[in-house]
Amino acid sequence: MQLLNKRPESLLDVTMHYCPGCGHGIVHRLVAEVMDELGIRERTIGVAPVGCAVFADVYFNCDMIQGAHGRGPAEATGIKRSKPDTIVFSYQGDGDLASIGMAEIVHAAIRSEHITVIFINNAIYGMTGGQMAPTTLLGQKATTCVEGRTVKQAGYPIKMSEMLATIDGSVYIERTAVNSAPNVMKTKAAIKKAFKNQVDGKGFSMVEILSMCPTNWGTKASNPAEATKFVVDGMMPVYPLGVYKDADAVKK
Amino acid sequence: MYQGIRIAGFGGQGVISAGVLLAQAGMLEGREVSFFPSYGAEMRGGTANCSVVVASDEVTTPIVSSPDTVIVLNEPSLSKFEPMVKPGGLLIVNSSLVNSKPVRKDIKVLYVPCNAIAAEVGNPKAMNMVALGAFAAVTGAMSVDAIAKAMTRVYKKLKPEIIELNVKALKRGAEFKLN
Amino acid sequence: MAEKKLMKGNEALAEGAVRAGCRFFAGYPITPQNEVPEYMSWRLPQVGGAFVQSESEVSAINMVYGAAATGVRCMTSSSSPGMSLKQEGISYCAGADLPVFLANVMRGGPGLGNIAGAQGDYWQATRGGGHGDYRTFVMAPNGANEMANFPHKCFEIACKYRLPSMVLADGIIGQMMEPVEFMHPEVDVKALKEPDWALGVNHGRAKRIVKSYDLREGMLELMVNERVKRYRQIEAAEVIYEEKMMDDAEIAIVAYGTSARISVAAMKLAREKGLKVGLFRPVTLWPFPKARLAELSKRIKKFLVVEMSLGQMVEDVQLSVNGRADVYLHARPGASVMTAEEVYTTMESISKKGAKEYATAK
Repeated sequence: MQLLNKRPESLLDVTMHYCPGCGHGIVHRLVAEVMDELGIRERTIGVAPVGCAVFADVYFNCDMIQGAHGRGPAEATGIKRSKPDTIVFSYQGDGDLASIGMAEIVHAAIRSEHITVIFINNAIYGMTGGQMAPTTLLGQKATTCVEGRTVKQAGYPIKMSEMLATIDGSVYIERTAVNSAPNVMKTKAAIKKAFKNQVDGKGFSMVEILSMCPTNWGTKASNPAEATKFVVDGMMPVYPLGVYKDADAVKK
Repeated sequence: MYQGIRIAGFGGQGVISAGVLLAQAGMLEGREVSFFPSYGAEMRGGTANCSVVVASDEVTTPIVSSPDTVIVLNEPSLSKFEPMVKPGGLLIVNSSLVNSKPVRKDIKVLYVPCNAIAAEVGNPKAMNMVALGAFAAVTGAMSVDAIAKAMTRVYKKLKPEIIELNVKALKRGAEFKLN
Repeated sequence: MAEKKLMKGNEALAEGAVRAGCRFFAGYPITPQNEVPEYMSWRLPQVGGAFVQSESEVSAINMVYGAAATGVRCMTSSSSPGMSLKQEGISYCAGADLPVFLANVMRGGPGLGNIAGAQGDYWQATRGGGHGDYRTFVMAPNGANEMANFPHKCFEIACKYRLPSMVLADGIIGQMMEPVEFMHPEVDVKALKEPDWALGVNHGRAKRIVKSYDLREGMLELMVNERVKRYRQIEAAEVIYEEKMMDDAEIAIVAYGTSARISVAAMKLAREKGLKVGLFRPVTLWPFPKARLAELSKRIKKFLVVEMSLGQMVEDVQLSVNGRADVYLHARPGASVMTAEEVYTTMESISKKGAKEYATAK
């Protein structure tokens, strides 16, 4: 018997805590596969966020650090500047990156830190139980906007990829999704490029990944299959997929 | 031996560098020294000032609240710092720029036309040096030579010919005596 | 013996940190500590270190959190309002057992306060400052020379016991210039052994995790208690204080930093007038020299605490003497500086019988 598809070495064989239908597990595996394929596992340091992915420090088979909410890009900066030989990635959710950590992500891009950022956008706060995120869609219900997000109450969803692409220091910004097999494959390619850029010393790269949160997305989308539809029908019109920035190395 | 000094003037008159120079010179002569600049809003508003202590014993507070000597380089500093001078202390007034006269009778006053002398020497910027020369000569707190020697330590980027002019200004200042 | 150099307190601190092996600095401008990042910005590249001017104090402490996790000696500095912003990150450093070096060049508070020197952050520095149960090793320098030499001790303690260490100075000490002599040999960072928890290139070893959490029931208590053991060791072995003219003293002034300098002048004034006054200067604020103060309180019955705050360290002195002696306070909050004459006047009044306990000046 031949083993065709095994667990990547960069992903430990431990039970994950993610809910059924959640996109985190998929993205974890993609990141791990990329680490394996690039042969960088033994010099990679991952930064785990505060949020659903807090236990990423346990799942990845590389050195990991877990720090304060939203400060991943700052921690990654300190690590990379201290140990330039390492490959550093910050794994963050939308509350972490686009709300409390807005300053850190923007300034890491401005400084063109040689780091890779994996940004999971599922338009909701997962771990704390379904509160409105900065990326929550207008009209989308959350536990802190029970009738749906309104402009009057909470303003507009933030489009991080579009914004970070305007920054001279960003080298590569792409938005993908993990709602379908083709999109998962495209996401892997994007993650690989974002890591490869760092290996090649190019500068700041981020992949924004639209992902499912059936647990917190309310009655209709609580079915994982329905949730993937919400990614397509609800999120993609607001957050169009695509490459927002692909520049050559930023000269320092 | 204890000499607490306050130097005051406009920003750009070399108030801070004069203070650092005195501290450096005192150190070269084996004294205990301290320097403390004012770093408040007043640095930008008009007057800058600093405290210098040169002493034979350990320096306690670096903020000189009742100075043995006050050097005022501009008009606004006179009214502000004259009241601080210790009774019997010394007030050195830059008479090139300060038109008012001190009112106190319990202090010694030395008028030195610092700007005029610096211009004569050929380096108008050295007006603070003229004041320091007068200070050294009148108080005897340190030698003019020590201040000259300190210059190469404090102004590392200054050209030798400028240092030479500064020393000249210092020596011209040292010719002043109390009446 | 090295040659003495006239240096500003803040610059002396920065140079002292570099000599103690600091190779990473992140900070954000705030008066009166700006000379520290300014100095580090050109000095660290000279020794192969890294400097980052961060977007905020919050970011700076988290950069340091990341740098420390790699085993590199690192620091951040700030002044009071900025230190408040760093507290969450300091708590994480404590919770992840990371050695980091911090410097707070205190200014007047609360709020924006002013930019003059003050001692109002004593509680913040010695009580942890951030959330949760933890301790920070805190040293209080009394001038530029100690600013130059304390970073060495702070790094040593931080690395040995794995906790944040701090120099707690004030604007006067940061801004003043004094002859400085670097007493410690320069640390050769290449000769330092890489800690067995440091993140980095990890060929052929198990992965390492730096974290401050443990959600398993009862495990966090074990984690904290393991740390408490180290705190106890520090309390037993690392207390530093200085005494002046304490042998025959009937009144002991207790003061640190700038207040202690002024208190020396006040003590001399008092001695000239025949009052038997001595000075007790805590050099480590945590661990606080409580055992020595307790011992002294068996003989000395009057303690005068002199502080540029509303009276913060006074509580530690009261706890230390534990009712065996009267504790008085001469306090100047709002970044005001007491004069030696003022302190002498207070001493004179408390030297009289029946003086009111815990009297506050002004």
